[in-house]
Amino acid sequence: MLKRQFPLNHVVGFLLSIVLTILAALVAMQTDFASNIKMWIIGTLAVFQALVQLIMFMHITEGKSGQINIINIVYSVFLAVVIVAGSIWILTTGHAAH
Amino acid sequence: MDLSNFFVTGDPLILGSQIAIGLTMVGLVVLITYLKKWKWLWEEWFTTVDHKKIGIMYIIAGVLMFFRGGVDGLMMRTQTSRPNMEFLDAQHYNEVFTTHGVVMILFMAMPLLIGIINVVMPLQIGARDVAFPKLNALSFWTFFVGAMLFNVSFVIGGSPDAGWTAYMPLAGKEFSPDIGNNYYAIALQIAGIGTLASGINFIVTILKMRAPGMKLMRMPMFTWTTLVTSVLIVAAFPILTVALAQMSLDRIFGAHFFTVAAGGDPMLWLNLFWLWGHPEVYIVVLPAFGMFSEVIATFSRKNLFGYATMVLSIVGIAFLSMLVWVHHFYTMGNSAAVNSVFSITTMMIAIPTGVKIFNWLFTMRKGRIKFSNAMLWSLAFIPCFTIGGVTGVMLAMAAADYQYHNTMFLVAHFHYVLIPGVVFAVFAGLYYWWPKMFGFKLNEKIGKWHFWLFIIGFNLTFMPMFFIGLDGMSRRMYTYSESTGWGPWLLLSAIGAFILAAGFAALVYNIYWSFRYASRDIGGDPWDARTLEWATASPVQEYNFAVVPEVSDHDEFWNMKKAGRTKIKREDIKDIHMPSSSGIPILFSIALGIVGFFLVFEWITLAAIFSVLIIAGLIANSFDYDDGYHIPAEKVWETERKWRGDL
Repeated sequence: MLKRQFPLNHVVGFLLSIVLTILAALVAMQTDFASNIKMWIIGTLAVFQALVQLIMFMHITEGKSGQINIINIVYSVFLAVVIVAGSIWILTTGHAAH
Repeated sequence: MDLSNFFVTGDPLILGSQIAIGLTMVGLVVLITYLKKWKWLWEEWFTTVDHKKIGIMYIIAGVLMFFRGGVDGLMMRTQTSRPNMEFLDAQHYNEVFTTHGVVMILFMAMPLLIGIINVVMPLQIGARDVAFPKLNALSFWTFFVGAMLFNVSFVIGGSPDAGWTAYMPLAGKEFSPDIGNNYYAIALQIAGIGTLASGINFIVTILKMRAPGMKLMRMPMFTWTTLVTSVLIVAAFPILTVALAQMSLDRIFGAHFFTVAAGGDPMLWLNLFWLWGHPEVYIVVLPAFGMFSEVIATFSRKNLFGYATMVLSIVGIAFLSMLVWVHHFYTMGNSAAVNSVFSITTMMIAIPTGVKIFNWLFTMRKGRIKFSNAMLWSLAFIPCFTIGGVTGVMLAMAAADYQYHNTMFLVAHFHYVLIPGVVFAVFAGLYYWWPKMFGFKLNEKIGKWHFWLFIIGFNLTFMPMFFIGLDGMSRRMYTYSESTGWGPWLLLSAIGAFILAAGFAALVYNIYWSFRYASRDIGGDPWDARTLEWATASPVQEYNFAVVPEVSDHDEFWNMKKAGRTKIKREDIKDIHMPSSSGIPILFSIALGIVGFFLVFEWITLAAIFSVLIIAGLIANSFDYDDGYHIPAEKVWETERKWRGDL
């Protein structure tokens, strides 16, 4: 039999994720900040949420497969940069800029 | 949504299908009840967590969807077979090409590939199941529910009609007020959950459950392609999830992610769609490459040429595939810098792909080639796929693409890539691994009919499209005048489509014939093959391997045969731990389907109420403490003795 214990990490992570998401929605919809400030706040919340998920759900701090974890993180960061920076580049240059 | 529009009415074709669907369903229920098979179906199939059975269900669903998507294709080619034809009206034609695209990519190609991966990959690495068997069942059932939800659209509520790409603003509420595109957003979302879960499942299985001694660089090529495809799934599918969620919010809840008037951007949809859509092409084509690698090595009776470069080129293709998505919309009005960069990355993909083609050719060189059906499909793949690939490089050039964009030339190109790349591979894979799944071979002679009808039909259908495309015919045109001169080409294409369909019918007949008459006495290794899956019985025992093999090199089963290490000893067999069946995946997926259906019809309150079922499913699963069961060693020994004969 496996040892059963209350999945505290998961519950806390789940609640934190919900709170951070609602916070982002509130900042976007209910506040009067300038839109670039909103972007910065939402972006910061997103980074926090990513950390919550990595630590609480993906067990990044546990286990021995350090090398695989590093490859994973590097590749994920690379993809995030490609997707976000690429999209901004594509959608804001060209005819959209004129 | 007005209830009087609940059923689609007024078209005799659709009325006919409604009656046919109704009768088929009643017939199935009556037949199953008459044969008293409900309990058997529930216990052996609906609740199973066995990767082989789940794989078989994927394959059956994929073949059914192939039929449905194929009928769509035939209807399109019939409509365009003559100028000013009046078989389908514009609206119906729009719906048909939309569902054809979605069904063929997401509900035909994906399940057939994931099905074969499910059956074969754990066997190739010497594992007893995937890492998360229950999650695997959930993957299948969410896919199946998503596919069914999408398919009821053409009799209930109306099909999506904005193309499989569902470009905004056309697919938005303003220009497509009917609920058809809600089906698109919701059904794909539900099916996407399953695909993402499959991707994670396969990655963990391959990284954690390989037999002792099987280093990464000793894995069979099909397992390698599965690993890389799974990484791509995990990288790309969340993008689709986000895009579809935004589309759902726009359409159902009045958000404005994609409407310019409210500060949104329709081009954002194209951008996100192809950020997923291009990797998706490689998600379906990489496992296919893996299948060809296995088949070509086995039937050339040689080991795969250039194993390391093969692995490198798969990884290279996967890496580049995330960097090319703009080539689907060069004409959007991007800056010259954007188009140039993506032009170059796109052309670079031809390099690793070329490496693979030459590796296959060199594998065959000086081999003793056996022209079995699986091998025939692999041989036909190389020239057909090369035509698709070379025209792809033409399309990759941004400046020239302004001429080709959205013409029939493009349609011909991607059919020349996807049909040889995926469908031929699936056929090769089915003929090759059929004995592992069902314990008999498909008939080779009927298979030749299948092969030749399909190959001739395929080329006849799609080759003319290159020429009419260059002559200016754009895709998705439902009618044209005689003065265009396209009539003869399109008639030829229509004839080809029916030959193609005859090829498919030959496959179905082959399955029926072989099921009834083919020899069951074929042993575990009917092709004299090279990798570990052939060290098991045909069909495979539920526990896969009585004793997990030790791996010392590539093509381990071949080495075992040469060294006479295929026998097992009684004392090596221990009790085998197996996962228990579970009803949660199917029930949970049905709950998703019910909520999805209400969301499609924008009945928000009902959807909210029935969401309780989804949450109940999650809770039920959290408290499911079933740790599986053990098959006693004595019983394993009995089973092994039965298929191995005297030990």
